[in-house]
Amino acid sequence: MQRFDLAIIGAGPAGMAAAQEAATHGLRVVLLDEQARAGGQIYRDVDRVADLRGDILGPDYTDGRRLTAGIGRDGITHVTEAVVWAIEEDFVISFTKDGKGAQVAADRVLLATGALERPMPLPGWTLPGVMTAGAGQILLKQSGVLARHAVLVGSGPLLYLIAAQMVRAGTPPLALVETQTKADLARAGRHITGALRGWSYMLKGVKMLAEITRARVPRYTGATQITIEGEGKAEAIRFTSGGKARRIACDTVFLHHGVVPNTQAGRSLGVTHRWSTEQSCFVPVLDASGGTNVPGIFIAGDGGGIAGAKAAEIAGRIAALRVAEEAGHLTQNARDQRATPLLAALAHERAARPFLDTAYPPCAEALGPADATVICRCEEVTAGAIRSYAGLGCLGPNQAKAFGRTGMGPCQGRYCGLTVTALLAETNGRTPDETGYFRIRPPLKPVTLGELAAMADPDAKVSDGSDH
Amino acid sequence: MDTDYAIIGGGVVGLSVAWGLLRRGRTVTVLDGDDGSFRASRGNFGLVWVQSKGMKQPRYARWSQQSAAIWADFANELGDATGQNVPLEQKGGYDLHFSEETLRATVEQYEALKAKLDGDYPFDVLGHNALRKEEPHIGPKVVGAILHHQDGHANPLKLLQALAADVRRMGARVLVGKTVTDVSKPDAFRIDCADGTTLGADRVILSAGLGAAQLGPKMGFKAPIRPQRGQVLITEKLPKLINRPSLIARQVDEGGIQIGATNEEVGLDDRVTQPGLSGLAAEAIAAYPALAKAQLVRSWGALRVLSPDGLPIYQQSTEMPGAFLVTCHSGITLAAAHARFLPDWLEGTVDAPDLEVFSEARFAVS
Amino acid sequence: MKPASPFLELHDCPRVTVLLDGQPLDLPEGANLAAALLAAGVEVFRKTPVSGAPRGPFCMMGACFDCLVEIDGVVRQACMVEVTAGLEVRKPDGVGDATV
Repeated sequence: MQRFDLAIIGAGPAGMAAAQEAATHGLRVVLLDEQARAGGQIYRDVDRVADLRGDILGPDYTDGRRLTAGIGRDGITHVTEAVVWAIEEDFVISFTKDGKGAQVAADRVLLATGALERPMPLPGWTLPGVMTAGAGQILLKQSGVLARHAVLVGSGPLLYLIAAQMVRAGTPPLALVETQTKADLARAGRHITGALRGWSYMLKGVKMLAEITRARVPRYTGATQITIEGEGKAEAIRFTSGGKARRIACDTVFLHHGVVPNTQAGRSLGVTHRWSTEQSCFVPVLDASGGTNVPGIFIAGDGGGIAGAKAAEIAGRIAALRVAEEAGHLTQNARDQRATPLLAALAHERAARPFLDTAYPPCAEALGPADATVICRCEEVTAGAIRSYAGLGCLGPNQAKAFGRTGMGPCQGRYCGLTVTALLAETNGRTPDETGYFRIRPPLKPVTLGELAAMADPDAKVSDGSDH
Repeated sequence: MDTDYAIIGGGVVGLSVAWGLLRRGRTVTVLDGDDGSFRASRGNFGLVWVQSKGMKQPRYARWSQQSAAIWADFANELGDATGQNVPLEQKGGYDLHFSEETLRATVEQYEALKAKLDGDYPFDVLGHNALRKEEPHIGPKVVGAILHHQDGHANPLKLLQALAADVRRMGARVLVGKTVTDVSKPDAFRIDCADGTTLGADRVILSAGLGAAQLGPKMGFKAPIRPQRGQVLITEKLPKLINRPSLIARQVDEGGIQIGATNEEVGLDDRVTQPGLSGLAAEAIAAYPALAKAQLVRSWGALRVLSPDGLPIYQQSTEMPGAFLVTCHSGITLAAAHARFLPDWLEGTVDAPDLEVFSEARFAVS
Repeated sequence: MKPASPFLELHDCPRVTVLLDGQPLDLPEGANLAAALLAAGVEVFRKTPVSGAPRGPFCMMGACFDCLVEIDGVVRQACMVEVTAGLEVRKPDGVGDATV
């Protein structure tokens, strides 16, 4: 088994920047990524796509080529289409590639696994035709596939970005159904200083909104009572806005109310997580350079708390410098010299977050769904069932999982975990931290038994066949 | 007094006993741990199993048979009371063999046990071809199997949930998130919890699984209990592939194939490992080659609650009369016996089962 | 026959033939299979084993496991597969229909 100085999981902005920085200082790096080409979700397939539709996707996207160019150098082994399913002691990493199991080992591991869409359980959200806004963006970026009759639902800058891109591509969305209110914007006012420090983000937001308005895309704000209707697929969306009940016929619904850290790998390793009230999600507890409570495990990028692609890139470099120092490739002085300006730049990148998090809060009726709404897509468990498990003494999600199978399916709780914690916390009158989260174990992603068996030691006897 | 019985441990063992006592009109308070406690009730293999148990102690084989015989009735009663089905299938189970030698040796042991049980040990030996008629997906490496007709399997999580619901319905007080730190008997019993909760009780049952190893000695028990890790796998939901369960694999009522289990002496470490998962996957594929293409969706490690000889311990404390240790490895198989028969033993009625061989006296001589 | 799709493709690419439940479909070579099937008018990718409910792609990034299809007897995420000539894809149809 090949051993590296540093293994990086995820070739998005944090992972690519970290790989490049670490290799610059002489570390042997393995960069494991699920996709066929580097970029992560934000720069998905950028090398192939930038020339095809860079005009639609904009310069923030095509800028990703700067990072993909940085990883094609000596010292970086970029393993594409590698689905990591276990990280164990001594940092032996098991992954699937081309349907076969493989392993590498590393002295240190940087988790750069990015973000997931915040689960948005609304009535009808499991119907075909309902997707995340991120999925809509990935369709456009990677495949040049656009929804003809789409409604965008939720809140946050990503909704405006995808709407603006759809406008540029000549297929504007039918409407924006936004859940944030004027009161949210007023509350966000107290973070205006930070927002002004991050003025370039605010300016982009204003420009995107102008593009959407020019294209006469209707915007409904403060939307409530959102339901997606359809027989066997999405056919329309119903909601109330401005005191009026509305229905818009559509083929596609893109949902979004923020993204949350993808914490699966970190949790499987015992990394401590805490509830972030500002971002309404669990985030790993990190020191200034991405270090966790588990020695040798680092986290950078949105997986460590949502701050966007630019911040992820900087955080990746900061973590790589820390690893280079720990591995004896950099003196503390040299590391400080390089890291100090990066830390300042990171603070600048994060400046606009409090404003955005307050102005575009998660959709309340998706955070606490009605009893009949399915919250676990895999096992089809409703919010009401989870509330009833609290009445059977479930203090946390693991007992609820045992009772109702929520989180037992192939997505392993990625799209129900936060909802289950929220529902139990609400019903039991406890905090999300007291309530806790699913125990995450390998396989982080499903793996065939055949692949597992091919990795077996033929001489090992795992079971004594006894049941006492 | 707060309660007739305080039961320390709200897993399947504790809740089964609680259920039986409640049915007799006793007041019961259950003290249960938190979401992260080691819970064999959540991690077990779900077998209601007779074969291979009690090879050296026929009373244990008999006790397992007695429980298996009333399990369906017990499950039906729970299902009727809670309105939730507790899936159970008792149409026999296999001990699969990959060599003629081990098959022959096991059959000899079973014959010897059968004689001690007055012939009540119904099993058939199936060669590969006979087995293949029963299990069309069986692999060529399986030379044969012992089909024991008293074996079966249940949905252990639905059992746990039904017990949790029904003891509440019958008026049990269930305190969750509790860690019991001390049990004393100044007059009646007094139980202290880490969060400051105290509880008075006439009688106390210690059914805290591995937790009994710490609490037991404070109550006058030897409680020689150790953890043994079993890693378990479960696949995506599949169409019918396996008809009867074995210790290697069973198809659960929801469709997934559950594959077990490692036997590892690693202390209180319930992690899974790639070598463990790979070894189990290889064995399962040897038994059922079609499984090679199935996706493993989840795996977990659970800790068996083992006494030195693997048998249950049922013991009243001599230091603290009225305190009982109830612990076993096979909480699912024995759930029915614990619910229906153990209350007689706890209450000392004329119908009390003879459980002398399961007392702690057996640990004195070793 | 190409059914009307709720999705349109911005660029034309060389196509290869893929079998979906035995029926030929011409999809862009090298494309993301989930995206290509959506653009070809396939809205329902499978029925769930729990209730038989229809599902299609949801996250497009390998996290949600809703776009599951069966290829060579293995149930996989369509959004993590590239279109190649001769690919044989089956739509899982709830419990009792996967081939193992």
